Amino acid sequence: MKILVCISNVPDTTTKITFTNDNTEFNTAGVQYIVNPYDEIALSRAIELTEGGKGTVTVINVGEATNDPTIRKALAIGADDAVRVNAAPRDAYFVAKQIAEYAKDKDFNLILTGRESIDYNGNQVAAMVGEFLDIPSISIIKKLDVDGDNATVEREIEGGKEVVTVSGKFVASCAEGVAEPKIPNMRGIMSARTKPLTVVDAVSIEEVTKVTKYETPAPRGTVKLIPADQTEQLINLLHSEAKVI
Amino acid sequence: MGFIDKNMSVLVYVEQAEGKFKKSVFEAVSYAKAIADQQSTHLTAISIGDVAESELKELGKYGASKVLNVSADQLKTFVNQAYASVIAAAAEKESADIVVLSNSFSGKGLAPRIAVKLKAGLADGAVELPSNDGKFSVKKTAFSGKAFAVTELTSANKVIALNPNAFGVKENATDVTIENFSADIKQSDLGTVIKDIVRATDKVSLPDAELVVSAGRGLKGPENWGMIEELAGLLGAATACSKPVSDADWRPHSEHVGQTGIAISPNLYIAIGISGAIQHLAGVSSSKVIVVINKDPEAPFFKVADYGIVGDAFEVVPKLIEALKAHKG
Repeated sequence: MKILVCISNVPDTTTKITFTNDNTEFNTAGVQYIVNPYDEIALSRAIELTEGGKGTVTVINVGEATNDPTIRKALAIGADDAVRVNAAPRDAYFVAKQIAEYAKDKDFNLILTGRESIDYNGNQVAAMVGEFLDIPSISIIKKLDVDGDNATVEREIEGGKEVVTVSGKFVASCAEGVAEPKIPNMRGIMSARTKPLTVVDAVSIEEVTKVTKYETPAPRGTVKLIPADQTEQLINLLHSEAKVI
Repeated sequence: MGFIDKNMSVLVYVEQAEGKFKKSVFEAVSYAKAIADQQSTHLTAISIGDVAESELKELGKYGASKVLNVSADQLKTFVNQAYASVIAAAAEKESADIVVLSNSFSGKGLAPRIAVKLKAGLADGAVELPSNDGKFSVKKTAFSGKAFAVTELTSANKVIALNPNAFGVKENATDVTIENFSADIKQSDLGTVIKDIVRATDKVSLPDAELVVSAGRGLKGPENWGMIEELAGLLGAATACSKPVSDADWRPHSEHVGQTGIAISPNLYIAIGISGAIQHLAGVSSSKVIVVINKDPEAPFFKVADYGIVGDAFEVVPKLIEALKAHKG
Protein backbone atom coordinates (compact mmCIF):
# COMPACT_ATOMS: atom_id res chain seq x y z
CA MET A 1 0.00 0.00 0.00
CA LYS A 2 1.28 3.44 -0.94
CA ILE A 3 0.12 6.31 1.24
CA LEU A 4 0.67 10.01 0.64
CA VAL A 5 0.38 12.28 3.70
CA CYS A 6 0.08 16.03 3.17
CA ILE A 7 1.75 18.10 5.86
CA SER A 8 1.62 21.78 6.72
CA ASN A 9 4.31 23.79 8.42
CA VAL A 10 2.49 25.80 11.11
CA PRO A 11 3.36 27.99 14.12
CA ASP A 12 3.68 26.07 17.40
CA THR A 13 0.37 25.95 19.31
CA THR A 14 1.73 28.21 22.08
CA THR A 15 2.53 31.02 19.60
CA LYS A 16 1.13 34.44 20.36
CA ILE A 17 -0.24 35.53 17.00
CA THR A 18 0.73 39.04 15.86
CA PHE A 19 0.90 40.78 12.51
CA THR A 20 3.18 43.26 10.79
CA ASN A 21 3.15 45.61 7.83
CA ASP A 22 -0.14 47.28 8.75
CA ASN A 23 -1.69 43.94 9.70
CA THR A 24 -1.21 42.47 6.25
CA GLU A 25 1.42 39.86 7.15
CA PHE A 26 1.80 37.28 9.88
CA ASN A 27 4.70 38.22 12.15
CA THR A 28 7.09 35.27 11.90
CA ALA A 29 9.69 36.77 14.24
CA GLY A 30 10.61 34.30 16.96
CA VAL A 31 7.96 31.80 15.84
CA GLN A 32 8.75 28.10 16.20
CA TYR A 33 7.29 25.92 13.46
CA ILE A 34 5.91 22.42 13.84
CA VAL A 35 4.22 19.75 11.76
CA ASN A 36 0.52 20.66 11.90
CA PRO A 37 -0.77 18.53 14.84
CA TYR A 38 -3.63 16.99 12.84
CA ASP A 39 -1.23 16.07 10.04
CA GLU A 40 0.83 14.25 12.65
CA ILE A 41 -2.23 12.16 13.47
CA ALA A 42 -2.66 11.36 9.76
CA LEU A 43 1.03 10.51 9.43
CA SER A 44 0.97 8.30 12.53
CA ARG A 45 -1.97 6.30 11.17
CA ALA A 46 -0.25 5.97 7.78
CA ILE A 47 2.83 4.57 9.52
CA GLU A 48 0.71 2.10 11.51
CA LEU A 49 -1.02 0.91 8.33
CA THR A 50 2.25 0.28 6.50
CA GLU A 51 4.38 -1.10 9.34
CA GLY A 52 6.13 -4.43 8.85
CA GLY A 53 6.73 -4.05 5.13
CA LYS A 54 3.06 -3.59 4.27
CA GLY A 55 3.72 -0.41 2.35
CA THR A 56 5.35 2.99 2.16
CA VAL A 57 4.52 6.47 3.40
CA THR A 58 5.47 9.59 1.43
CA VAL A 59 4.95 13.02 2.95
CA ILE A 60 4.35 16.03 0.74
CA ASN A 61 4.59 19.69 1.64
CA VAL A 62 4.05 22.77 -0.48
CA GLY A 63 6.49 25.37 0.73
CA GLU A 64 9.87 26.95 0.53
CA ALA A 65 13.21 25.54 1.72
CA THR A 66 12.64 27.03 5.19
CA ASN A 67 10.09 24.22 5.69
CA ASP A 68 12.72 21.49 5.41
CA PRO A 69 13.25 21.07 9.19
CA THR A 70 9.51 20.40 9.58
CA ILE A 71 9.63 17.89 6.72
CA ARG A 72 12.64 16.18 8.35
CA LYS A 73 10.59 15.94 11.55
CA ALA A 74 7.94 14.03 9.60
CA LEU A 75 10.65 11.72 8.27
CA ALA A 76 11.92 11.25 11.83
CA ILE A 77 8.43 10.24 12.93
CA GLY A 78 8.61 7.48 10.33
CA ALA A 79 7.71 8.55 6.78
CA ASP A 80 9.84 6.77 4.18
CA ASP A 81 10.45 9.69 1.88
CA ALA A 82 9.37 13.26 1.31
CA VAL A 83 8.50 15.65 -1.48
CA ARG A 84 8.49 19.41 -1.29
CA VAL A 85 6.75 21.41 -3.98
CA ASN A 86 8.90 24.48 -4.10
CA ALA A 87 6.50 27.42 -3.83
CA ALA A 88 5.03 29.73 -1.22
CA PRO A 89 1.66 28.17 -0.38
CA ARG A 90 -0.76 30.85 -1.61
CA ASP A 91 -4.01 29.27 -0.49
CA ALA A 92 -5.61 25.84 -0.15
CA TYR A 93 -6.68 25.83 -3.79
CA PHE A 94 -3.08 26.34 -4.86
CA VAL A 95 -1.73 23.74 -2.41
CA ALA A 96 -4.34 21.13 -3.36
CA LYS A 97 -3.61 21.64 -7.07
CA GLN A 98 0.13 21.09 -6.48
CA ILE A 99 -0.51 17.92 -4.46
CA ALA A 100 -2.95 16.58 -7.06
CA GLU A 101 -0.47 17.31 -9.88
CA TYR A 102 2.21 15.37 -8.03
CA ALA A 103 -0.06 12.48 -7.07
CA LYS A 104 -1.97 11.99 -10.31
CA ASP A 105 0.43 9.48 -11.90
CA LYS A 106 1.96 7.99 -8.71
CA ASP A 107 -0.74 5.45 -7.88
CA PHE A 108 -1.18 6.21 -4.18
CA ASN A 109 -3.86 4.01 -2.61
CA LEU A 110 -4.64 6.54 0.04
CA ILE A 111 -4.02 10.27 0.52
CA LEU A 112 -4.33 11.63 4.06
CA THR A 113 -4.32 15.13 5.52
CA GLY A 114 -5.10 16.57 8.94
CA ARG A 115 -8.64 17.82 9.52
CA GLU A 116 -7.44 21.40 9.18
CA SER A 117 -4.26 23.39 9.51
CA ILE A 118 -4.08 25.30 12.76
CA ASP A 119 -3.02 28.49 10.99
CA TYR A 120 -5.56 29.22 8.26
CA ASN A 121 -8.05 26.68 9.58
CA GLY A 122 -9.08 25.65 6.13
CA ASN A 123 -10.57 22.25 5.88
CA GLN A 124 -10.08 22.44 2.20
CA VAL A 125 -7.04 20.59 0.91
CA ALA A 126 -8.30 16.99 1.30
CA ALA A 127 -11.60 17.54 -0.51
CA MET A 128 -9.96 19.72 -3.17
CA VAL A 129 -7.33 17.06 -3.88
CA GLY A 130 -10.17 14.54 -4.14
CA GLU A 131 -11.96 16.77 -6.63
CA PHE A 132 -8.85 17.47 -8.72
CA LEU A 133 -8.16 13.72 -8.89
CA ASP A 134 -11.88 12.83 -9.24
CA ILE A 135 -11.77 10.34 -6.35
CA PRO A 136 -13.86 10.25 -3.15
CA SER A 137 -12.93 12.42 -0.20
CA ILE A 138 -14.10 12.00 3.37
CA SER A 139 -13.67 14.93 5.68
CA ILE A 140 -12.96 14.86 9.42
CA ILE A 141 -12.61 11.19 10.16
CA LYS A 142 -12.12 9.74 13.65
CA LYS A 143 -11.27 6.18 12.71
CA LEU A 144 -9.64 4.56 9.67
CA ASP A 145 -9.38 0.84 8.97
CA VAL A 146 -8.09 -0.56 5.70
CA ASP A 147 -8.64 -4.12 4.49
CA GLY A 148 -7.05 -4.66 1.09
CA ASP A 149 -8.88 -2.45 -1.38
CA ASN A 150 -11.68 -1.59 1.06
CA ALA A 151 -11.66 0.89 3.87
CA THR A 152 -14.05 1.67 6.69
CA VAL A 153 -13.96 5.09 8.27
CA GLU A 154 -15.92 6.89 10.92
CA ARG A 155 -16.77 10.44 10.01
CA GLU A 156 -17.77 13.07 12.51
CA ILE A 157 -21.25 14.62 12.14
CA GLU A 158 -23.10 17.04 14.43
CA GLY A 159 -23.96 15.09 17.55
CA GLY A 160 -22.70 11.74 16.34
CA LYS A 161 -20.87 9.84 13.65
CA GLU A 162 -21.33 8.12 10.32
CA VAL A 163 -19.70 4.82 9.46
CA VAL A 164 -18.67 5.00 5.81
CA THR A 165 -17.17 2.37 3.53
CA VAL A 166 -15.18 3.12 0.41
CA SER A 167 -13.40 0.98 -2.18
CA GLY A 168 -10.35 1.98 -4.15
CA LYS A 169 -8.41 5.20 -3.91
CA PHE A 170 -9.65 8.03 -1.72
CA VAL A 171 -8.60 11.07 0.28
CA ALA A 172 -9.44 11.63 3.94
CA SER A 173 -8.77 14.36 6.49
CA CYS A 174 -7.95 13.01 9.94
CA ALA A 175 -9.02 14.25 13.38
CA GLU A 176 -8.22 13.05 16.88
CA GLY A 177 -9.00 9.40 17.41
CA VAL A 178 -7.52 8.16 14.11
CA ALA A 179 -4.15 7.49 15.79
CA GLU A 180 -2.04 8.54 18.73
CA PRO A 181 0.60 10.95 17.45
CA LYS A 182 3.96 9.19 17.26
CA ILE A 183 7.01 10.79 18.81
CA PRO A 184 10.28 10.43 16.89
CA ASN A 185 12.87 8.20 18.55
CA MET A 186 16.65 8.60 18.27
CA ARG A 187 16.88 6.10 15.40
CA GLY A 188 14.19 7.94 13.54
CA ILE A 189 15.91 11.28 14.03
CA MET A 190 19.24 9.85 12.80
CA SER A 191 17.73 8.16 9.75
CA ALA A 192 15.65 11.23 8.85
CA ARG A 193 18.83 13.01 7.76
CA THR A 194 19.48 10.57 4.98
CA LYS A 195 15.94 9.75 3.83
CA PRO A 196 15.13 11.15 0.38
CA LEU A 197 13.59 14.63 0.21
CA THR A 198 12.79 15.46 -3.40
CA VAL A 199 12.11 19.02 -4.44
CA VAL A 200 9.77 19.54 -7.39
CA ASP A 201 8.61 22.68 -9.19
CA ALA A 202 5.13 24.07 -8.77
CA VAL A 203 2.62 24.25 -11.60
CA SER A 204 1.06 27.62 -12.25
CA ILE A 205 -2.57 28.20 -11.36
CA GLU A 206 -4.90 31.17 -11.36
CA GLU A 207 -5.35 33.08 -8.11
CA VAL A 208 -8.76 32.64 -6.48
CA THR A 209 -8.27 34.13 -3.01
CA LYS A 210 -6.04 36.71 -1.41
CA VAL A 211 -5.73 37.60 2.28
CA THR A 212 -5.80 41.38 2.38
CA LYS A 213 -5.70 42.00 6.12
CA TYR A 214 -5.58 40.28 9.49
CA GLU A 215 -7.53 41.28 12.57
CA THR A 216 -7.27 40.13 16.15
CA PRO A 217 -10.37 39.59 18.32
CA ALA A 218 -11.59 42.66 20.19
CA PRO A 219 -10.42 42.54 23.82
CA ARG A 220 -13.09 41.90 26.40
CA GLY A 221 -13.82 44.27 29.28
CA THR A 222 -12.73 43.45 32.80
CA VAL A 223 -14.24 40.34 34.30
CA LYS A 224 -17.16 40.88 36.65
CA LEU A 225 -16.45 38.73 39.72
CA ILE A 226 -19.32 37.25 41.67
CA PRO A 227 -18.91 35.87 45.21
CA ALA A 228 -18.91 32.06 45.28
CA ASP A 229 -21.93 31.91 47.58
CA GLN A 230 -24.07 34.14 45.35
CA THR A 231 -24.60 31.95 42.32
CA GLU A 232 -28.14 33.31 41.94
CA GLN A 233 -26.54 36.67 41.12
CA LEU A 234 -24.69 35.05 38.21
CA ILE A 235 -27.93 33.54 36.92
CA ASN A 236 -29.61 36.97 37.15
CA LEU A 237 -26.76 38.66 35.27
CA LEU A 238 -26.79 36.02 32.54
CA HIS A 239 -30.55 36.45 32.26
CA SER A 240 -31.06 40.20 32.47
CA GLU A 241 -27.68 41.75 31.59
CA ALA A 242 -26.04 39.34 29.13
CA LYS A 243 -29.45 38.02 27.98
CA VAL A 244 -28.05 34.62 27.09
CA ILE A 245 -30.33 32.45 29.25
CA MET B 1 -19.60 44.31 -5.86
CA GLY B 2 -19.64 47.24 -8.18
CA PHE B 3 -21.65 45.68 -10.96
CA ILE B 4 -25.17 44.44 -11.00
CA ASP B 5 -25.79 41.51 -13.30
CA LYS B 6 -29.43 40.60 -13.25
CA ASN B 7 -28.70 37.14 -14.60
CA MET B 8 -26.58 36.09 -11.64
CA SER B 9 -28.01 34.74 -8.42
CA VAL B 10 -27.03 33.31 -5.05
CA LEU B 11 -27.43 29.62 -4.25
CA VAL B 12 -27.53 28.24 -0.71
CA TYR B 13 -27.23 24.54 0.12
CA VAL B 14 -29.66 23.59 2.87
CA GLU B 15 -28.47 20.48 4.67
CA GLN B 16 -31.19 18.27 6.12
CA ALA B 17 -30.88 15.78 8.94
CA GLU B 18 -33.65 13.21 9.08
CA GLY B 19 -35.84 15.39 6.88
CA LYS B 20 -35.52 18.52 9.02
CA PHE B 21 -33.54 21.72 8.79
CA LYS B 22 -31.59 22.89 11.81
CA LYS B 23 -31.18 26.44 13.02
CA SER B 24 -27.76 26.66 11.36
CA VAL B 25 -29.46 26.07 7.99
CA PHE B 26 -31.91 28.93 8.53
CA GLU B 27 -28.91 31.01 9.54
CA ALA B 28 -27.10 30.14 6.28
CA VAL B 29 -30.27 31.06 4.33
CA SER B 30 -30.53 34.38 6.23
CA TYR B 31 -26.88 35.11 5.43
CA ALA B 32 -27.22 34.13 1.78
CA LYS B 33 -30.33 36.33 1.49
CA ALA B 34 -28.35 39.29 2.84
CA ILE B 35 -25.70 38.65 0.17
CA ALA B 36 -28.39 38.39 -2.52
CA ASP B 37 -29.72 41.78 -1.34
CA GLN B 38 -26.20 43.25 -1.51
CA GLN B 39 -25.97 41.99 -5.09
CA SER B 40 -29.53 43.04 -5.98
CA THR B 41 -30.43 39.51 -6.98
CA HIS B 42 -32.53 36.63 -5.71
CA LEU B 43 -31.76 33.59 -3.58
CA THR B 44 -32.29 29.96 -4.53
CA ALA B 45 -31.90 27.10 -2.07
CA ILE B 46 -31.03 23.50 -2.91
CA SER B 47 -32.11 20.63 -0.70
CA ILE B 48 -30.98 17.03 -1.22
CA GLY B 49 -32.75 14.05 0.35
CA ASP B 50 -36.24 13.36 1.71
CA VAL B 51 -37.73 16.61 2.96
CA ALA B 52 -41.46 17.30 3.18
CA GLU B 53 -42.83 20.22 1.17
CA SER B 54 -43.97 21.96 4.36
CA GLU B 55 -40.40 21.93 5.64
CA LEU B 56 -39.02 23.19 2.30
CA LYS B 57 -41.52 26.06 2.43
CA GLU B 58 -39.99 27.13 5.74
CA LEU B 59 -36.99 28.35 3.75
CA GLY B 60 -39.14 31.15 2.30
CA LYS B 61 -39.38 32.65 5.78
CA TYR B 62 -35.70 33.48 5.63
CA GLY B 63 -35.62 34.83 2.11
CA ALA B 64 -35.30 31.94 -0.38
CA SER B 65 -37.58 32.65 -3.35
CA LYS B 66 -36.99 29.28 -4.99
CA VAL B 67 -36.13 25.86 -3.63
CA LEU B 68 -34.61 23.15 -5.81
CA ASN B 69 -35.61 19.82 -4.36
CA VAL B 70 -33.42 16.82 -5.18
CA SER B 71 -34.93 13.54 -4.07
CA ALA B 72 -33.04 10.95 -6.16
CA ASP B 73 -32.89 7.51 -4.56
CA GLN B 74 -29.08 7.33 -4.61
CA LEU B 75 -28.87 10.58 -2.67
CA LYS B 76 -31.11 9.77 0.28
CA THR B 77 -28.05 9.69 2.51
CA PHE B 78 -24.98 11.87 2.29
CA VAL B 79 -22.49 11.11 -0.50
CA ASN B 80 -19.93 13.88 -0.48
CA GLN B 81 -18.80 13.61 -4.09
CA ALA B 82 -22.27 13.28 -5.61
CA TYR B 83 -23.79 16.03 -3.46
CA ALA B 84 -21.00 18.37 -4.54
CA SER B 85 -21.68 17.56 -8.21
CA VAL B 86 -25.41 18.17 -7.82
CA ILE B 87 -24.90 21.49 -6.02
CA ALA B 88 -22.41 22.64 -8.66
CA ALA B 89 -24.86 21.61 -11.40
CA ALA B 90 -27.58 23.61 -9.66
CA ALA B 91 -25.28 26.64 -9.47
CA GLU B 92 -24.75 26.35 -13.21
CA LYS B 93 -28.45 25.96 -13.94
CA GLU B 94 -29.33 28.96 -11.77
CA SER B 95 -26.38 31.04 -13.06
CA ALA B 96 -25.37 31.41 -9.43
CA ASP B 97 -21.94 32.94 -9.03
CA ILE B 98 -22.08 32.79 -5.23
CA VAL B 99 -22.69 29.53 -3.37
CA VAL B 100 -23.27 29.59 0.41
CA LEU B 101 -23.13 26.62 2.77
CA SER B 102 -23.10 26.17 6.51
CA ASN B 103 -19.58 25.36 7.74
CA SER B 104 -20.86 22.11 9.26
CA PHE B 105 -19.05 18.78 9.12
CA SER B 106 -20.74 17.97 5.81
CA GLY B 107 -20.33 21.54 4.57
CA LYS B 108 -16.60 21.28 5.18
CA GLY B 109 -16.48 18.26 2.89
CA LEU B 110 -18.64 19.81 0.17
CA ALA B 111 -17.46 23.41 -0.09
CA PRO B 112 -13.91 22.64 -1.32
CA ARG B 113 -15.17 20.26 -4.02
CA ILE B 114 -17.77 22.76 -5.19
CA ALA B 115 -15.07 25.46 -5.24
CA VAL B 116 -12.84 23.36 -7.50
CA LYS B 117 -15.75 22.49 -9.81
CA LEU B 118 -16.67 26.17 -10.16
CA LYS B 119 -13.03 27.38 -10.16
CA ALA B 120 -14.09 29.50 -7.23
CA GLY B 121 -12.28 31.01 -4.30
CA LEU B 122 -13.56 29.61 -1.01
CA ALA B 123 -13.89 31.45 2.29
CA ASP B 124 -14.62 28.86 4.95
CA GLY B 125 -15.30 29.77 8.55
CA ALA B 126 -16.83 33.08 7.44
CA VAL B 127 -18.06 35.26 10.31
CA GLU B 128 -19.38 38.35 8.50
CA LEU B 129 -21.05 39.42 5.29
CA PRO B 130 -18.72 40.06 2.33
CA SER B 131 -17.54 43.64 1.98
CA ASN B 132 -19.54 45.80 -0.37
CA ASP B 133 -16.52 47.79 -1.60
CA GLY B 134 -16.12 46.10 -4.96
CA LYS B 135 -13.62 43.63 -3.54
CA PHE B 136 -15.81 40.89 -2.08
CA SER B 137 -13.65 40.39 1.01
CA VAL B 138 -14.89 37.94 3.62
CA LYS B 139 -13.73 37.93 7.23
CA LYS B 140 -12.98 34.38 8.38
CA THR B 141 -11.48 32.77 11.44
CA ALA B 142 -7.75 32.05 11.32
CA PHE B 143 -5.09 30.82 13.70
CA SER B 144 -7.74 28.78 15.51
CA GLY B 145 -9.62 31.75 16.85
CA LYS B 146 -6.54 33.78 17.69
CA ALA B 147 -7.16 36.02 14.66
CA PHE B 148 -9.32 36.70 11.63
CA ALA B 149 -8.16 36.79 8.01
CA VAL B 150 -9.96 39.17 5.67
CA THR B 151 -9.91 37.14 2.48
CA GLU B 152 -10.73 38.59 -0.90
CA LEU B 153 -12.32 36.13 -3.29
CA THR B 154 -10.76 37.24 -6.57
CA SER B 155 -12.35 34.59 -8.81
CA ALA B 156 -15.57 35.20 -10.75
CA ASN B 157 -17.39 32.47 -8.81
CA LYS B 158 -17.28 32.43 -5.02
CA VAL B 159 -18.07 29.89 -2.33
CA ILE B 160 -18.64 30.81 1.32
CA ALA B 161 -19.02 28.43 4.27
CA LEU B 162 -20.58 30.31 7.21
CA ASN B 163 -19.61 29.51 10.78
CA PRO B 164 -22.54 28.54 13.00
CA ASN B 165 -23.78 31.35 15.32
CA ALA B 166 -21.79 33.98 13.40
CA PHE B 167 -24.66 35.76 11.66
CA GLY B 168 -27.88 34.73 13.40
CA VAL B 169 -31.24 33.75 11.99
CA LYS B 170 -33.07 36.67 10.37
CA GLU B 171 -36.64 36.39 9.16
CA ASN B 172 -37.33 37.84 5.75
CA ALA B 173 -40.58 36.34 4.46
CA THR B 174 -40.56 35.75 0.72
CA ASP B 175 -42.94 33.93 -1.63
CA VAL B 176 -41.27 30.63 -2.33
CA THR B 177 -41.69 28.18 -5.20
CA ILE B 178 -40.50 24.59 -5.02
CA GLU B 179 -39.08 22.90 -8.10
CA ASN B 180 -37.90 19.34 -8.49
CA PHE B 181 -34.34 19.23 -9.71
CA SER B 182 -32.73 16.14 -11.16
CA ALA B 183 -29.08 16.25 -12.06
CA ASP B 184 -27.19 13.46 -13.80
CA ILE B 185 -25.43 11.37 -11.19
CA LYS B 186 -22.21 9.70 -12.25
CA GLN B 187 -21.61 6.21 -10.90
CA SER B 188 -18.06 7.26 -10.03
CA ASP B 189 -19.50 9.95 -7.72
CA LEU B 190 -21.08 7.28 -5.53
CA GLY B 191 -17.89 5.72 -4.17
CA THR B 192 -18.68 6.17 -0.49
CA VAL B 193 -21.49 4.28 1.21
CA ILE B 194 -22.90 5.04 4.65
CA LYS B 195 -23.24 1.83 6.66
CA ASP B 196 -24.46 3.33 9.88
CA ILE B 197 -25.37 6.65 11.46
CA VAL B 198 -25.02 6.99 15.21
CA ARG B 199 -26.62 10.05 16.73
CA ALA B 200 -26.82 10.84 20.41
CA THR B 201 -30.36 12.18 20.21
CA ASP B 202 -30.58 13.20 23.86
CA LYS B 203 -27.63 15.57 23.62
CA VAL B 204 -27.21 19.02 22.11
CA SER B 205 -24.62 18.96 19.31
CA LEU B 206 -21.54 20.94 20.29
CA PRO B 207 -20.52 22.72 17.05
CA ASP B 208 -23.82 24.57 16.65
CA ALA B 209 -24.82 24.78 20.32
CA GLU B 210 -25.88 28.22 21.59
CA LEU B 211 -24.93 27.37 25.16
CA VAL B 212 -21.96 25.26 26.22
CA VAL B 213 -20.89 23.97 29.63
CA SER B 214 -17.25 22.88 29.62
CA ALA B 215 -15.04 21.37 32.28
CA GLY B 216 -11.38 20.62 32.76
CA ARG B 217 -8.88 18.87 34.95
CA GLY B 218 -10.23 20.72 37.99
CA LEU B 219 -13.02 18.13 38.02
CA LYS B 220 -10.45 15.53 39.13
CA GLY B 221 -11.98 12.55 37.35
CA PRO B 222 -14.64 11.36 34.88
CA GLU B 223 -16.88 10.21 37.74
CA ASN B 224 -17.49 13.86 38.64
CA TRP B 225 -19.14 14.86 35.36
CA GLY B 226 -22.64 14.20 36.70
CA MET B 227 -23.04 17.79 37.88
CA ILE B 228 -21.70 19.12 34.55
CA GLU B 229 -24.26 17.02 32.66
CA GLU B 230 -26.98 18.18 35.03
CA LEU B 231 -26.10 21.85 34.61
CA ALA B 232 -25.93 21.44 30.82
CA GLY B 233 -29.24 19.58 30.83
CA LEU B 234 -30.97 22.36 32.77
CA LEU B 235 -29.63 25.01 30.40
CA GLY B 236 -30.22 22.98 27.25
CA ALA B 237 -26.49 23.32 26.65
CA ALA B 238 -23.94 21.06 25.00
CA THR B 239 -21.07 19.68 27.07
CA ALA B 240 -17.42 20.24 26.19
CA CYS B 241 -14.01 19.69 27.77
CA SER B 242 -10.37 20.74 27.69
CA LYS B 243 -7.59 18.82 25.95
CA PRO B 244 -6.09 17.12 29.06
CA VAL B 245 -9.53 15.73 29.82
CA SER B 246 -10.04 14.16 26.39
CA ASP B 247 -6.40 13.02 26.29
CA ALA B 248 -7.01 11.17 29.57
CA ASP B 249 -10.16 9.63 28.03
CA TRP B 250 -12.36 11.12 30.73
CA ARG B 251 -14.49 12.52 27.93
CA PRO B 252 -14.73 11.74 24.17
CA HIS B 253 -12.47 13.59 21.72
CA SER B 254 -15.55 15.06 20.06
CA GLU B 255 -16.01 17.24 23.16
CA HIS B 256 -12.51 18.70 23.06
CA VAL B 257 -12.59 22.42 22.27
CA GLY B 258 -9.43 24.39 21.69
CA GLN B 259 -6.76 24.93 19.09
CA THR B 260 -6.35 21.26 18.27
CA GLY B 261 -9.95 20.36 19.05
CA ILE B 262 -12.91 22.20 17.62
CA ALA B 263 -13.45 25.94 17.66
CA ILE B 264 -16.87 27.07 18.81
CA SER B 265 -18.67 30.40 19.09
CA PRO B 266 -21.70 29.88 21.33
CA ASN B 267 -23.67 32.70 22.95
CA LEU B 268 -22.57 31.43 26.36
CA TYR B 269 -19.51 29.40 27.31
CA ILE B 270 -19.20 28.30 30.95
CA ALA B 271 -15.70 27.03 31.78
CA ILE B 272 -15.41 25.05 34.99
CA GLY B 273 -12.04 24.00 36.38
CA ILE B 274 -10.22 25.03 33.18
CA SER B 275 -7.19 27.26 33.72
CA GLY B 276 -7.29 28.78 30.23
CA ALA B 277 -4.12 27.82 28.36
CA ILE B 278 -3.61 29.82 25.14
CA GLN B 279 -4.50 26.72 23.07
CA HIS B 280 -7.83 26.36 24.87
CA LEU B 281 -8.67 30.06 24.64
CA ALA B 282 -8.05 29.96 20.89
CA GLY B 283 -10.99 27.61 20.42
CA VAL B 284 -13.50 29.52 22.54
CA SER B 285 -12.52 33.18 22.35
CA SER B 286 -15.26 34.02 19.86
CA SER B 287 -17.94 32.95 22.35
CA LYS B 288 -20.21 35.92 22.97
CA VAL B 289 -20.27 35.60 26.79
CA ILE B 290 -17.71 33.67 28.84
CA VAL B 291 -18.21 32.58 32.45
CA VAL B 292 -15.25 31.13 34.33
CA ILE B 293 -15.46 29.14 37.55
CA ASN B 294 -12.05 28.34 38.98
CA LYS B 295 -10.59 28.09 42.47
CA ASP B 296 -7.36 29.76 41.35
CA PRO B 297 -7.90 33.55 41.17
CA GLU B 298 -4.75 33.78 39.00
CA ALA B 299 -6.12 31.41 36.33
CA PRO B 300 -5.48 33.09 32.95
CA PHE B 301 -9.04 32.33 31.88
CA PHE B 302 -10.34 35.14 34.12
CA LYS B 303 -8.56 37.65 31.87
CA VAL B 304 -10.83 36.84 28.93
CA ALA B 305 -14.00 36.16 30.92
CA ASP B 306 -17.07 38.37 31.20
CA TYR B 307 -18.20 36.87 34.51
CA GLY B 308 -16.18 34.89 37.02
CA ILE B 309 -16.56 33.03 40.26
CA VAL B 310 -13.44 32.23 42.26
CA GLY B 311 -14.32 29.04 44.08
CA ASP B 312 -14.17 25.28 44.21
CA ALA B 313 -16.19 23.71 41.39
CA PHE B 314 -17.50 21.05 43.76
CA GLU B 315 -19.12 23.75 45.88
CA VAL B 316 -20.03 26.32 43.22
CA VAL B 317 -21.59 24.07 40.57
CA PRO B 318 -24.20 22.43 42.87
CA LYS B 319 -25.17 25.91 44.08
CA LEU B 320 -25.37 27.14 40.52
CA ILE B 321 -27.67 24.22 39.69
CA GLU B 322 -29.89 25.13 42.65
CA ALA B 323 -29.98 28.78 41.63
CA LEU B 324 -30.84 27.84 38.07
CA LYS B 325 -33.66 25.56 39.22
CA ALA B 326 -35.01 28.41 41.34
CA HIS B 327 -34.72 30.82 38.39
CA LYS B 328 -36.64 28.45 36.14
CA GLY B 329 -39.24 28.08 38.88
